[in-house]
Amino acid sequence: MLNSPSYMHVPDGMLSPLTSLIMFLLVLPFWYKGARGLSKRVNARNVPLIALMAAFSFIVMMFNVPLPGGTSGHAVAGALVAIILGPGVATIAISIALVIQAIFFGDGGILQIGANCFNMAVVLPYVAYGIYSLISANSSVTSVRRVIGAALGGWVGLTVAALVTAVEFGLQPLLWHAADGTPLYAPYPLNVAIPAMVIPHLLVASVIEGLVGAAVVLYLQRANPAILQLFTKQTVATGTVAPGRLRLLWIGLLALIVATPLGLLAPGTAWGEWSADELSRMGLGIVPQGMSTMQGLWGAPLADYGIPALGNTSLGYVLSAVAGVGLIVVVSWLLSRLLAGMTRSQKPAVPALQESEQK
Amino acid sequence: MSENLTASSPSAGSMQAGLPAPVAGRRRNGVIERTLAELSHAMEHSLFSEDIARKPGLLQSLDPRVKLLSMLALLIAVGLSRSLLVIAGLYVITLVLAWRSAIPVGFFIKRVWLFLPFFTGVIALPALFLTPGPALLQLPLDLVVTRTGLMTALFLLLRVSTSVSMAALLTFTTPWIDVLKALGVLRMPEAVILIFGMTYRYIYLLLNTANDMFLSRKSRVVGRTTGADQRRMMGASAGVLLGKSMRLSSEVYLAMQSRGFRGHARMPGTASFSIRARDWVAVIVVAIVTVGAIWLGQ
Repeated sequence: MLNSPSYMHVPDGMLSPLTSLIMFLLVLPFWYKGARGLSKRVNARNVPLIALMAAFSFIVMMFNVPLPGGTSGHAVAGALVAIILGPGVATIAISIALVIQAIFFGDGGILQIGANCFNMAVVLPYVAYGIYSLISANSSVTSVRRVIGAALGGWVGLTVAALVTAVEFGLQPLLWHAADGTPLYAPYPLNVAIPAMVIPHLLVASVIEGLVGAAVVLYLQRANPAILQLFTKQTVATGTVAPGRLRLLWIGLLALIVATPLGLLAPGTAWGEWSADELSRMGLGIVPQGMSTMQGLWGAPLADYGIPALGNTSLGYVLSAVAGVGLIVVVSWLLSRLLAGMTRSQKPAVPALQESEQK
Repeated sequence: MSENLTASSPSAGSMQAGLPAPVAGRRRNGVIERTLAELSHAMEHSLFSEDIARKPGLLQSLDPRVKLLSMLALLIAVGLSRSLLVIAGLYVITLVLAWRSAIPVGFFIKRVWLFLPFFTGVIALPALFLTPGPALLQLPLDLVVTRTGLMTALFLLLRVSTSVSMAALLTFTTPWIDVLKALGVLRMPEAVILIFGMTYRYIYLLLNTANDMFLSRKSRVVGRTTGADQRRMMGASAGVLLGKSMRLSSEVYLAMQSRGFRGHARMPGTASFSIRARDWVAVIVVAIVTVGAIWLGQ
């Protein structure tokens, strides 16, 4: 759509047919899981519910949301739908919306339905929901943690989805080119595709995704809190996150940790994370004076993410990732305790309204 | 987002739906107008394509199942072909088919190419300079267009535009209910097709609802709103729409139940479809073109 900064709908011709097929096979288990979860939880109601949620996702993708600074854009709304319906059902609803966009509105390729569904209907909702439920675990419906969770979930979720899309793009020139080296599909290698996709998302599109999620959760907390509890009743009732969901999150995190050495495959250094001598090697004649004087001030415990005693770079990377994740988990736990204390004193939980269930 | 056939010029879209034309440029309160314009484009698009689908024409006279499978075969041919000439040939075929199927050709070309820059163009243009290869053209500012870069950009643009055109041919010449029924050929379960059909129908209902919501909001707003106000408003609108959708889904479920719905759907069958001689001709021609394109394109 016109002024969207989100380059998420992959058109036909961007990925090779074999990639499209693999992406399609990757989505299948998630479709199966989503459909199974549906028949277990909502029974025959699922037909109109899914139809309306898919239609809702479709419409919300057209909403124009302004950002501070004058730009505006669209949300994919995958994070929002995941927060309301849970990630499994969200996968089905968003996939249906994406298929209708591809077939009837020419938005996204038909052969790329698998890739687009994987990026926007699997990666985005699962990541967003994982972060949302981690931050908002044990919180009351009106807790500010739910708003923060929705915002962060949308922001990180869409950024990770953009990263996955960039990897799909970046693998194309490696795998498919003509005899003379002409790339046949998306032309840029990983070290160009990843920053080109991730940075704009980080700054614009993902911000919109987070804003939309947070704004809608904020509204629902005031006007219709029952919707926020529709599919996460057990979370609210027992006061704990369902262990299955949390386990899924940990598995995902573990996969990411194991995948960290992949970063070594990309040539060059992380964008914006240059050291002073890297800057001068890149041709920058003058290194900001502050940088050269401040550089030695802060010694990282695991400089360059390597553990010298191990001598193995990949292993060092993985261990650094484990240490980093552990640190983040501890900090988030402390933060959530703090926030829980704050919100508990404010308001009691709104009793779950059964209104929309009965109608 | 990518190439979008729904997005025509903003004013054309909103005039069709009887709405005031949105103000161009980045006005502070332009968000409602832009959203309104997009909602009405989507409505206009479907009305327009249903209109063409009911005219007499070459593709309109073919069985929807044949058209669906042919489109998939040709899309794969476009994807697999490694020759620019072959892909260009396939693009010319889509133009001829559009012409023989009562689709205004100028409009057809414009729809595809006007919106190509928003996704593919952004990717293809830098490839001209960034792909290493023999120099072809020296531009000012030390920019060098490489031969490999030009080929890469052409591959992208042609492949994407040909694919988009092929998908558009199917939807322009087939009523949406027939496209849905044809999906049954792909062994899609009936319940899924039913959900697709209902989704498509409710998209238009919710399009109207959202349109009304924004129009009424617009008519009540005097003066300028801040960005924060607009974000709150968009969040509230999405929340209201979500509540309405949920309530409606419960009501629809009760209505379906009271009419005897027990979880099994019977779609209006494909009985009205019939494979005639011309469909067989189409199948043979498409098979030859597909195999030929893949073989010639190696």
